[in-house]
Amino acid sequence: MKHIAIIGGGPAGIESAASLAQLGYRVSLIEKSAELGGHLSQMFTLFPDGRNAAEVLSELIAHARQKNINVMLNTEVIDAQRNLSGFTITLSNQKTVTADALLIATGFRLFNVARKEEYGYGIYKNVINSLQMEKKLRTGDLTMANGQMPKRVVFLHCVGSRDEKVGNNYCSKVCCVTAVKQAIEIKKMNPEIETFCFYMDIRMFGPYYEELYREAQEKWKVVFVRGKISEAAENIDGRLQIKAEDTLIGKPLRMQCDMLVAMAGMESTADAKFAQTLNVARGLNRFYSSTDNYLRYNNTNVEGVFTAGTCTAPMNIIDTIANARAAALSIHQYFSK
Amino acid sequence: MEQELGKNAVWANYQKDIADDHYYYCRSCIRQAFLPGSERMFLHIVGNVLGKDIYDDPKHTTCTGIAYHSDLVPQETTATVIARHFALMTEAGYENMAISCITSFGLYTEILETWKEHPEEEEKVRDYLWKATRREFKIPKNIAHTSDIIFHFRHQIAEKATRRLVDVNGNPLKVVDHIGCHYAKLFPSKGVGGAEFPYVLAGMVDAWGGQQVDYPERRHCCGFGFRNYLVMANRGYSVANSHKKLESMKPYQPDLIVANCPGCAMFLDRWQYTIEQMEGKTYGANGQGIPVLTYEEMAGLVLGYNPWDLGMQLHQIDVEPLLLKMGIDYNPAGKHELGARQLTIPTLK
Repeated sequence: MKHIAIIGGGPAGIESAASLAQLGYRVSLIEKSAELGGHLSQMFTLFPDGRNAAEVLSELIAHARQKNINVMLNTEVIDAQRNLSGFTITLSNQKTVTADALLIATGFRLFNVARKEEYGYGIYKNVINSLQMEKKLRTGDLTMANGQMPKRVVFLHCVGSRDEKVGNNYCSKVCCVTAVKQAIEIKKMNPEIETFCFYMDIRMFGPYYEELYREAQEKWKVVFVRGKISEAAENIDGRLQIKAEDTLIGKPLRMQCDMLVAMAGMESTADAKFAQTLNVARGLNRFYSSTDNYLRYNNTNVEGVFTAGTCTAPMNIIDTIANARAAALSIHQYFSK
Repeated sequence: MEQELGKNAVWANYQKDIADDHYYYCRSCIRQAFLPGSERMFLHIVGNVLGKDIYDDPKHTTCTGIAYHSDLVPQETTATVIARHFALMTEAGYENMAISCITSFGLYTEILETWKEHPEEEEKVRDYLWKATRREFKIPKNIAHTSDIIFHFRHQIAEKATRRLVDVNGNPLKVVDHIGCHYAKLFPSKGVGGAEFPYVLAGMVDAWGGQQVDYPERRHCCGFGFRNYLVMANRGYSVANSHKKLESMKPYQPDLIVANCPGCAMFLDRWQYTIEQMEGKTYGANGQGIPVLTYEEMAGLVLGYNPWDLGMQLHQIDVEPLLLKMGIDYNPAGKHELGARQLTIPTLK
């Protein structure tokens, strides 16, 4: 029985493990943290229909509870070497694993908003990133650092995405719809809170996303302003002052708000040491690149090394799961040759 | 974790090499006109108080910065003038530049960065300089604004200080800092603390016992902006920017503003008078203005110098309430004397 080592226990790693096991392979699923789930375990609801993220994750994990899958938690891949029979993988627990194929599913890294210094993330307590807002929604606690409920929450799109200054020219795809979803969730929890979204373009790429965007405006009265925020600062009363240009009316704008949520983009995790050792190719966006974007998306330049999910490009959960299944099938085709 | 580190994390990312000694001094045109005491005090602090070698070259001229930013002088001309200054420094045997003006500092940096990206431009300017003056130059090893150098020695100055930035009861003075736009907004890595949360003046305030005040419009331009001021029709825009800053800082009740750009020090000071005349509004305590100091004046006060020797009588906003608040024993009658010379006392006609 062929053995596949999967690096990364997020949704892509979990789903590809389940699919590979169903296809008759033995799988080692290596996850560096204490539990499976990756970023999905930190999400509240999923767009476009508000499905609970925890439910989706537990279903994925249940699907992967198969006898052919060995889950290795708290385990990091230190190194990987290719040899004639496959791969030898050195783990942080001093053990080595041999595998016939390697599937990289290391996901993405959230853009560090502190790099956009003008927003004061890390300095002003009520400037948070989108993942921190997700936690607030999950725990049902929307309060600010001082324990009070915010009166006005502002979302800023494209933080660390489509931004040449930080070296990320690409779109992170999911941030627009995440902001729309989070603004709606806030309104559902507390209709008194005003919500604003500052955007460059609204990119509603998925099915029913456009409808969600319309619902946000018509039903939930979320206000959309086309313009990027140029800076945020704190007032004497602890509120935030933001400056932007409303590019639809062509006028500068100054606004007070209680909380600023930076929709942090996705960044590559393809700088891992093991990938460098194996010389796995990366694209201009620094994510892992494919040998063919159309026909062999999950194949890397290194024979026997495959990729799945957001380690190849920003994508949503729906696409991640589909991509993970495609990766499993690509591996199956590789061994069926 | 990131959020707990705050400004210290930002400042840690922007450390700057500042030479320890042997400076070639580049004067500022407008500082000499508006704030002559500060230029003199910088040379005195560095040369006499700190005992460093600094050369004030009489052959040095304008950098053309104001004309350059007003589109009156092309970049090649400006670059050649700056190249001449590099040549003068090379001839004098120095390698470290101490630049007194923020406009000049930004411009020297801009020229050097241009040459890094476009070496052919440097070659062209070397050729222009040779044809015009038969001079050659070396690229400076170190370029620092004079506020960088005072920041660099802030703890040594604190050791020699006879006063601190505190009131008569020992409470720290609330100090608003204002950084000239061309200090770090052009090239964030060239400024102490970067462009968004610069530490160059805040570090002096911390070292000398004051309390730095953050306020929403801290990063906003003072409004000087060459063509805003030089074109008379645009001056309302200049006042409006200073007005925006003053309105924003007022709730924090600052005791003083400290600036590292001669234009900013000038306009934040003078426009307070203009606003008072236009709107009858003042921003300091007891219906007075907020004194605007240069960092040399602030250093001079903590080092115990006579405020009139520092040239503080040339300010629009009276500094005497601040001196009284600090408990400084000064001679009010000496305000209009400068050495043995009597200054002209302004009168309204």
